[in-house]
Amino acid sequence: MTFLFPRLRNNQKAAWVATFVVAAVLIALPFAVGVMGNAWVRALSFAALYILLALGLNIVVGFAGLLDLGYVAFYAVGAYMYALLASPHLASNFPIIAQTFPNGLHSSVWLAIPLGATVAAFFGVVLGAPVLKLRGDYLAIVTLGFGEIIRIFLNNLNAPLNFTNGPQGITLIDPVKIAGVSFGKTQNIFGLTLPSVYMYYFLFLVLAIVAITVCIRLQDSRLGRAWMAIREDDVAAKAMGINVRNIKLLAFSLGATFGGVAGAMFSAFQGFVSPESFSLMESIIVLAMVVLGGIGHIPGVVLGAILLSVFPEVLRHTVVPVQEQLFGRVLVDAEVLRMLLYGLAMVGIMLYRPKGLWPAPEHGVAPVGKSQGETPKAAIA
Amino acid sequence: MDVILKITGVNKRFGGLQALSDVGITIHRGQIYGLIGPNGAGKTTFFNVITGLYTPDSGTFELDGKPYSPTEVHKVAEAGIARTFQNIRLFPDMTALENVMVGRHVRTKATAIGAVLRTRATRDEEAGIRKRSLELLDYVGITRYANFQARTLAYGDQRRLEIARALATDPKVLALDEPAAGMNATEKVALRELLSNISKDKITILLIEHDVKLVLGLCDRVTVLDYGKMIAEGNPGDVQRNPAVIEAYLGGSHKDVATKELA
Repeated sequence: MTFLFPRLRNNQKAAWVATFVVAAVLIALPFAVGVMGNAWVRALSFAALYILLALGLNIVVGFAGLLDLGYVAFYAVGAYMYALLASPHLASNFPIIAQTFPNGLHSSVWLAIPLGATVAAFFGVVLGAPVLKLRGDYLAIVTLGFGEIIRIFLNNLNAPLNFTNGPQGITLIDPVKIAGVSFGKTQNIFGLTLPSVYMYYFLFLVLAIVAITVCIRLQDSRLGRAWMAIREDDVAAKAMGINVRNIKLLAFSLGATFGGVAGAMFSAFQGFVSPESFSLMESIIVLAMVVLGGIGHIPGVVLGAILLSVFPEVLRHTVVPVQEQLFGRVLVDAEVLRMLLYGLAMVGIMLYRPKGLWPAPEHGVAPVGKSQGETPKAAIA
Repeated sequence: MDVILKITGVNKRFGGLQALSDVGITIHRGQIYGLIGPNGAGKTTFFNVITGLYTPDSGTFELDGKPYSPTEVHKVAEAGIARTFQNIRLFPDMTALENVMVGRHVRTKATAIGAVLRTRATRDEEAGIRKRSLELLDYVGITRYANFQARTLAYGDQRRLEIARALATDPKVLALDEPAAGMNATEKVALRELLSNISKDKITILLIEHDVKLVLGLCDRVTVLDYGKMIAEGNPGDVQRNPAVIEAYLGGSHKDVATKELA
C-alpha cells in the first residue's frame, strides 16, 4: 500500500492505517453529503469521473509534455461507443440490426466499456500519428481542431444514415449492470438502501483508484521515464535510443483510453448523450484541472479534478441564496460567476503558483560551483 | 585489433555549402580516436551524420562488422553508438539518477502492461536498471548527487553525468562532442583520467575536441578536418608535424613559428 503514500514508504504500518482511514472516509462520504440531497452525491460521482479524465490527460500533457486541447474528443468517442452499443438507437434505425437483435442492442458493460476504450485508443493514435513532429502551440491548435472535428461529426452524422442522431443525441442508454445488479435503480445491499447515484459513486471511485494506481505505476516505470525524457529534451531522448514516435503514440493512446472509459461511464450514468456535452470548453476545463492541480503530479491532478468539478456545485447552491440575502434579488447568474471565478483562479495560479496547487516536490539542489567529480573508480562491470 | 567503426565516403551538403566531402574514418576496437579541426571544419556535422541526426547525401556505415544506416537516431543508439552533446543536453528537471536510468531504456523492455501489472520480470528489470545506474554514477564519480536535479549540478558534473547516461546504453562506441569545452585545467585532468579509464574498460571512444593538447595526449589516432575535407590522418605525433594541419590552424605564413611551437 505504500505506493499510494510515498511519504510513508518507510513505514508499512502507517501506510496501511492511512489507507484504511482514507477508504473509510471515501465510503462514508456519500452518506454524509447525501443528507443535503442527492445532487451532492451526484457531484461527488462526477468528481470521481473527472479524476479519471484528468489523469488520462495528465499522461499526455503532464508526463509526455504534449499540449492537447482536444482531449474531450476521446471522452466523446467512448460515450458514443457505449451509447450505440447499449441503447435501442441503432436497432431502430438499421433494419439489419433490428432483425439480428429484435430487442435492440443491449451489450454487456464487459463488452461496451472495453470497446469504448479501444476505439478511443485507436482515435488517440489517429490523432497522434500526424502530429508527432509538432510541439507547443502548433500541437495545441491541431488537437483543438481534432476535438472540434469529432464533435461536428457527431452533430452531423444523422444523415444520410442516422448513426448519432445528430444534435438530438442518443437517449434510453442502459445503465451499468454488473452481475445482474443494475446501477440505474435503487438497490438494497447488505441492508443498505443505495440509490442509483450512490451506486455510481462507488463504481467511479473504484475506477478512479484503479486509474491512480495505473498512473503511479506507469510514472515509475521505464515508460514513465521515457515520457519525461521526451518532455525535457526530445533530441537527447532520441540519442539515448528512445523511439520517440512510439512512446508519444503510446502516451496519446493510453490517455485516450482513460478518456474512453470515462466517456462510457458518463454515457451510462446520464442515460443520454449529445454533442453538446463535448464542447471545447470541456477540454479546457479538464486541462485546467491538470494545470491548476499540479501538472505531471498525480496527487495534484486529483486535487485539481475534485476542486474544479465540485466547485460549480458549491456555487450553484450558494450564489442564489447569498445574493438574495444581500440584495434581495439575484444579480449575477451562477453560471456567469463560475466562468469569472475560473478565470480569476487561473490568473491567480499562474501568478502565485505557476506549478499548480500541489506540484511535484522539488528534488535536492546541489551547490553550484566547483565541479565535485571524484577520481574515477573501478572498472565498468 | 579489429575494426569497430568504419565509415567511408560521407558527403553532406547544406544548400550551397559542402559541409563534408568524402570523409571517412576507421576506428579499431578500444582506441581513443580524435577528430579535430578549426571552427566550422565540419566535426559536429560529421558527428551528427554518424549518430543519425543529419541524413548524409552519401556514405557507407559499418559498426562492429555490421552495416547500419544512420537514418533514425534511436536506432543508432540501439546499434551501439552513444553520444554526448557539445552544449550539454541532459534532462534538466529529472534527477541525476533518473537521467542515467533513461539511458538504460534501450537495453530494457518492460511494456505498459508489464509496468501496470508490476510483474516479477518488470520489478527485477527495474531493480537492475537502478543498480546499474548507481554503479555508473559511481564510476563517473557523482554518486553523491544521485537525487539532485540535473540542472542544479556544477558544469563539470553535468558533463560527467552526460557521459554516465551515454554509458548506460552499453555502447560499443562512445562519441563525445567536445567534452572538455568550458572546463578549467583541474576539471580537464579529471576528465582525461575518466576517459582513459573508460578506454581501459574496452569501450571505444570517438572524441571531438578543440583542446589540441588533450587530444594529442589522449588519442591513439587522429583525423583532422578542415572545410569539410580530411587533411590529415594518423598518429598524434605525425599529425602535429603535418604542414597542412599547421596551415589550417595557424595560416600558411606562420609555418615556421608553428612547427617550433607545436614540436
